[in-house]
Amino acid sequence: MVEVTLWGALGQLAGGKSKVEVEARDIRELFRKLAEQYPAFEPWIEKGIAVAIDGTIYRDTWGKELPAGAEIFLLPRLAGG
Amino acid sequence: MNFDPRFSGRKFTSVGTRPVRPDGVDKVTGRARYGADFNMAGQLVGRVLRSPHAHAIIRKIDTSKAEKLAGVKAVITAKDLPDLTDGDAAMYDILDNCMARTKALYDGHAVAAVAAIDARTARQALKLIEVDYEILPHVTDVDLAMEHHAPLINDTIFTEGLEEKPVKPSNVTKRSQFGHGDVHQGFGHADFIVERSFKTEQTHQGYIEPHACVANVSSDGTADLWVCTQGHFVYRQHCAQLLGMEASKLRVTSSEIGGGFGGKTHVWAEPVALALSRKAGRPVKLVMTRDEVFRASGPTSATSIDVKIGARKDGTITAAQATLRYSAGPYAGSWAEIGAMTAFACYKLDNVETVGYEVLVNRPKTAAYRAPSAPMAAFAVESAVDELAKEIGIDPVDFRIKNAAQEGTRSSYGPVYGPIGIGPTLEAAKNHPHMKAKLGKNQGRGMACGFWFNFGGQTCVDLNIGMDGSVSLAVGTVDVGGSRASLSLVAAEELGIDYAQLKAVVADTSSLGYNDMTDGSRGTFSSSMATISAARNAIKILRERAAQMWDISVDDVVWEQGHAVAKGDKHGNLGKLSLKEIAAQSGKTGGPIAGHSELVADGAGVSFATHICDIEVDPETGSTRVIRYTVVQDAGKAVHPTYVEGQYQGGAAQGIGWALNEEYIYGKDGRLQNAGFLDYRIPVCSDLPMIDTQILEIPNPNHPYGVRGVGETSIVPPLAAIANAVSNAAGVRMTHIPMSPPRILAAIEAERG
Repeated sequence: MVEVTLWGALGQLAGGKSKVEVEARDIRELFRKLAEQYPAFEPWIEKGIAVAIDGTIYRDTWGKELPAGAEIFLLPRLAGG
Repeated sequence: MNFDPRFSGRKFTSVGTRPVRPDGVDKVTGRARYGADFNMAGQLVGRVLRSPHAHAIIRKIDTSKAEKLAGVKAVITAKDLPDLTDGDAAMYDILDNCMARTKALYDGHAVAAVAAIDARTARQALKLIEVDYEILPHVTDVDLAMEHHAPLINDTIFTEGLEEKPVKPSNVTKRSQFGHGDVHQGFGHADFIVERSFKTEQTHQGYIEPHACVANVSSDGTADLWVCTQGHFVYRQHCAQLLGMEASKLRVTSSEIGGGFGGKTHVWAEPVALALSRKAGRPVKLVMTRDEVFRASGPTSATSIDVKIGARKDGTITAAQATLRYSAGPYAGSWAEIGAMTAFACYKLDNVETVGYEVLVNRPKTAAYRAPSAPMAAFAVESAVDELAKEIGIDPVDFRIKNAAQEGTRSSYGPVYGPIGIGPTLEAAKNHPHMKAKLGKNQGRGMACGFWFNFGGQTCVDLNIGMDGSVSLAVGTVDVGGSRASLSLVAAEELGIDYAQLKAVVADTSSLGYNDMTDGSRGTFSSSMATISAARNAIKILRERAAQMWDISVDDVVWEQGHAVAKGDKHGNLGKLSLKEIAAQSGKTGGPIAGHSELVADGAGVSFATHICDIEVDPETGSTRVIRYTVVQDAGKAVHPTYVEGQYQGGAAQGIGWALNEEYIYGKDGRLQNAGFLDYRIPVCSDLPMIDTQILEIPNPNHPYGVRGVGETSIVPPLAAIANAVSNAAGVRMTHIPMSPPRILAAIEAERG
């Protein structure tokens, strides 16, 4: 079970919660479980969400493991210039 | 082969040196081929008809007269680019921006296009196209667009991010909120509070080379696109989707690039050129005029930002709050969201809250511009930070050092930082000779900090070893800032060979796996990671081939300084084999030798900079002169320090233009008044001092050499550093960018009463 912190706009998708708990081993499973628990997440996951694991931001590596006790943040998938 | 990207702390031989740039001779002799330098036999000239109205319903377009004009081979409207986006709202916006469908949403919005045998005929044809517009009320100002009775630009937009789903459409596409702690409580603990409102005007990236492409669609459905872009793989994906093609049937080749800075990460005219070519059955060349570049390719957001910061008298910030409104043009973006994330990222704050509003206006679609959104947020925050330091009576550098984020600090946008460089850049700035230099009459000094995320993304590299031992590197990230030289240095480092043995090229989309854009400061970061991996794969094969040549076990062969070396007592007489010797025998030992790598380069590591600027202000005219400018920035590891310095200087130069002169000026009719370099004034050499640089190297632990991106952070602090310098020189706080002479003079006169 990992605790996931959601940024503002995502919190609305989870009924206004800023944190949710999810049973997931990696980012892929985290997204799948989130979409199951909160279907409104699905289009956002499709558009792209970045995941910060203990401070390191992952935009694409869905196979990245979520270590026990790690701090997980969901963030917007950002654009650069 | 497993690839561990973690920083190894290795000592370098090639990396960190400054060899001559490989593209230099071609560029200074005119041999390099930019977007408009490519031609195909039988090509037609493409031209685009653009709306003269800021907001109008397109009732009817009659192209019949243009089609009958001799020499016209194709005329297209939105009907020739049907909606194939399958409900993908972001792609639909791209399509609608390339060619207006039901409404013209800004002055310059494309409504039709022609392909003709020459430019004169194409221009004549445009004049023969009749468009029946129903003019609508428009809004071009970000604050006015948020007002209740503002003209509604898109009636399908309902603000995202609100606690309750709105029942009415609005020009506000999204509300984003970040932060932690309790700002109200924090402000209650403050001895000093500064609260100010700021505005920045819209600017353009100002690249010298306009958008240009040649499209050639064959009757068998395959196509070629030669184009000036920062990301030919993304252009392929977008163009193929918009035209209903399979991506593999569209080969996109990127030209040399005369500046992009984020503006060449979006398709503009390319789908139009392909649609024209498809209809005409001939190649079509389409080059935007400068007027078109300004009116119809993405500038930055204009912004309106409120900042409130409180601190105790010992200089500790107790709370920070910002409300940021960013214009997005007529289509949704995420610019305010990024502004809200970056605004306070430099600081260690217990109580922080930022709220961003994304706002539609009747201006061109906003595009990325180097650390998009961060410079405006930094301008507002760093101006308020400076003012607060002054109120408390603390030196502005010391105030920032006291409150600077550190490793382990929770960032204002959420996650906790790893090793970062904000503190070291501030200390370096404090100790820099610039800080001790004397100022003259009417001169002021300002400084400011800036932050950018950086990122990596999908990246692919092929490293091929020739029979003569030379090495070619095929990369998929477009070289916009010296990456070919940097990647050659990295490959030379890994292989242990001389830089001169290598040549890096940017491969076309049919020659390499998919690569993300060169944006987010990812080019050298991600491609160097892939290059290291590819080189290590090649070394594995080189060792195997050497083992074959010696008839020994590969486990007894190691790679040292460009040579296979046989290890162990029983191989003492074998000596060593150079890469060249092994390559020469490759035909007899298993064929060509190559290393490949495909990876997702995550873990880019954030980046910080501190800038110092001295400005002289003429109190009689409001004109300004930049006297001295210094950039201090963390590069992680500077692969080619000269290019890194160039990035730092370029960011500062663009920031100077943005801060002092550059501005989109719209008339009451909603039309852009200054769509050219005479009236939209970017800095030239005589406007700039020599920009001093200091590279710091705080390794990124997620890259084998410690590399971080460097391209974007350098444009984040200049607006604020210059605003602080001007405010100190003029004796009045400047809150509106650009600080053009009339604006400075007005502020001075208002202060004098």
